[in-house]
Amino acid sequence: MITLTEVLTLSGLLFSIAVAGVFLNRKNVILLLMCIELMLLAVNFNFVAFSRFLGDINGQIFVFFILTVAAAEAAIGLAILVVLFRERRSIDVEDLDSLQG
Amino acid sequence: MESIYLTIVLAPLVAAILAGIGGRAIGRVGAQSVTILGVAISFALSALVLKRMVFDGAPTFDGPVYTWLVSDGVTMQVGFLIDHLSALMMVVVTFVSLMVHIYTIGYMHDDSGYQRFFSYISLFTFSMLMLVMANNFMQLFFGWEAVGVVSYLLIGFWYTRPSAIFASLKAFLVNRIGDFGFVLGIAAVLYYTGSLDYSTVFAHAHAIAAARLQITPTISWSAISFTCICLFIGAMGKSAQMPLHVWLPDSMEGPTPISALIHAATMVTAGIFMVARMSPLFELSNTALSTVLVIGATTSFFMGLLGVVANDIKRVIAYSTLSQLGYMTVALGASAYASAIFHLMTHAFFKALLFLAAGSVIIAMHHEQDMRKMGGLRKYLPITYWTFLIGSLALIGFPGTAGFFSKDALIEAVGRSQLPGAGYAYVCVTAGAFVTALYTFRMFFMTFHGEERMDHHTREHLHESPWVVTLPLVLLAIPSAVVGWFAIRPLLFGDFFAGSIQVAPTHDVLGAMGAEFHGPAAFLLGALGGLPVWLAAAGVACAWLFFLKRPQLADAAERRFQGLYRILVAKYGFDWFNDHVIAAGARRLGGGLWRFGDQDVIDGAMVNGSARTVGWFSSVMRNVQSGYLYHYAFAMILGLASLLMWLLWRT
Repeated sequence: MITLTEVLTLSGLLFSIAVAGVFLNRKNVILLLMCIELMLLAVNFNFVAFSRFLGDINGQIFVFFILTVAAAEAAIGLAILVVLFRERRSIDVEDLDSLQG
Repeated sequence: MESIYLTIVLAPLVAAILAGIGGRAIGRVGAQSVTILGVAISFALSALVLKRMVFDGAPTFDGPVYTWLVSDGVTMQVGFLIDHLSALMMVVVTFVSLMVHIYTIGYMHDDSGYQRFFSYISLFTFSMLMLVMANNFMQLFFGWEAVGVVSYLLIGFWYTRPSAIFASLKAFLVNRIGDFGFVLGIAAVLYYTGSLDYSTVFAHAHAIAAARLQITPTISWSAISFTCICLFIGAMGKSAQMPLHVWLPDSMEGPTPISALIHAATMVTAGIFMVARMSPLFELSNTALSTVLVIGATTSFFMGLLGVVANDIKRVIAYSTLSQLGYMTVALGASAYASAIFHLMTHAFFKALLFLAAGSVIIAMHHEQDMRKMGGLRKYLPITYWTFLIGSLALIGFPGTAGFFSKDALIEAVGRSQLPGAGYAYVCVTAGAFVTALYTFRMFFMTFHGEERMDHHTREHLHESPWVVTLPLVLLAIPSAVVGWFAIRPLLFGDFFAGSIQVAPTHDVLGAMGAEFHGPAAFLLGALGGLPVWLAAAGVACAWLFFLKRPQLADAAERRFQGLYRILVAKYGFDWFNDHVIAAGARRLGGGLWRFGDQDVIDGAMVNGSARTVGWFSSVMRNVQSGYLYHYAFAMILGLASLLMWLLWRT
């Protein structure tokens, strides 16, 4: 039988990988977007786990919402990425520093 | 009586305003008429007041006229104290002023600032009257400062000349130094007695005498000595005593009538008058009296020496004024206040006479003041010659003239003083008699006798001055010659000043002299055997020998004593010291404060510094905004983590 702790550990591992991906990745914006997706999935995983172990279906309904929002966000993010690439001919994270003070 | 006193003061003021503001409307004749009328009214009423006081025995008037303000129990008011002292001063001031007004018609005839000049000298008369008639320190100080302001205006009357502007500024600044001491003195009086009225202050004089001024826990000064010396510093500024005398010779840049009015007869005597008025205070402090004595003696002798080397006729008389003011100061220090006032009066007459006569010479010489270009003027200017001679004789103390009585009595009084420093002062004033005679007759011979050294053009135009110039000379020559005969007994040995001047019994030198006084004629005969008269005679003889009979002797002496001569020409280096040490030092201090204090500290560190600190801080903080997503994300995670940590920690 799988325990809640194991599920939550997996979820924390996924989230940590995603965070590490955000920090360690210096090259590609697409990878950043994927890491963000991974974070959201880790959170979803939490929702599902708690829903399953606490016997409350509402948690799984929330996952649908989050997936929808994540899909929309990914679409917008990829669209911005395409525009950015057209503008800069690059999607290198190191080059994207126009917010610098 | 009160309305009379008010009229005396206000008549010159009204005249000054009319001539000053309405000068263009009333014209030259209008300005001169209205101011002369104003001063004449003042003089007539002053004479009436003096007559009532002296002959009809009118009581002393002491009362307020107008209360200006009351603050914390201190009343500041305009008030008059009319006793014998102030009545005498009023007559002297208005008389000399009237003479100068009349004289000015002739002297300033071609000047474009005619109305302005009349306005100023009338305003000056008003200021001086306010000063001498005051019954409280506030009004005394008002008159004191007003006199200073008008003298500034008058010395710089020819404001297009840089030297006149320099001189007027110098006079103003040097007087400020004295006034600083004067204000401190008045403040001390107010602090210890709680009043500014003379009568209250003098009644509480012993309260000041009993007090001590704590400087540090171990050092304390006598409050009365401090007060009196501060007041005397004021007198030093106004009466041009060393080392605050430097303004007076330079103030000869002004027109000659004001030299006579301000720098000989009235303004410079304000300090002498003030000290005499404060006699109840000064009598309580031997320290202050000794200070007065020594400073006066030093001024009287050493300033007289400068007259021997000066070549400008007005400057010689200016140094003589310094020296004579020194004599008066010595008399004050020796507690012979009456003698000082007596000499003040005679000096006002003969010094105004000398200045005005010198002015007459200057008119004739077409505004040439250098005595080396004069000579032999006797036959061209007979009236000026004789009046100048009378003035000179009075100045050196020729037996019988007014100056003789006042000066000889003064020297004898100093000789009897027992105060510390009196011996030095006696030597100075006695030797001063020789010096006075030497420079006076050097000037006299160089101007009126000997060969004619002026150029051909000037000689052709030499002629006696108009009557408006010579009339004041004659009117001033009369009292210069004879006033001593009448005045010596009541002023010095009578009870003329009984109510105004207080002398402690141990200081009463005049009282001791009075016991041996048997009338002016006997005084004259007694003085003929005395040292001062013979020293004066020797001075005249020396002047005759060196500057008339054998001028080459004077040149030889100049070469022989070149070191001394150079010191005298440099005026003991006072001007050099003031310019190079005090003025330059003050400028350097100011420059340093400006550069360090203002530019570096205030502008640099505080104003620009705070802006620069903000700039530096933000330039550091800017590095946080790297623009990289992962930095922001890292900050977010870090914040989240610390927030969670904090929440966990708390529970």
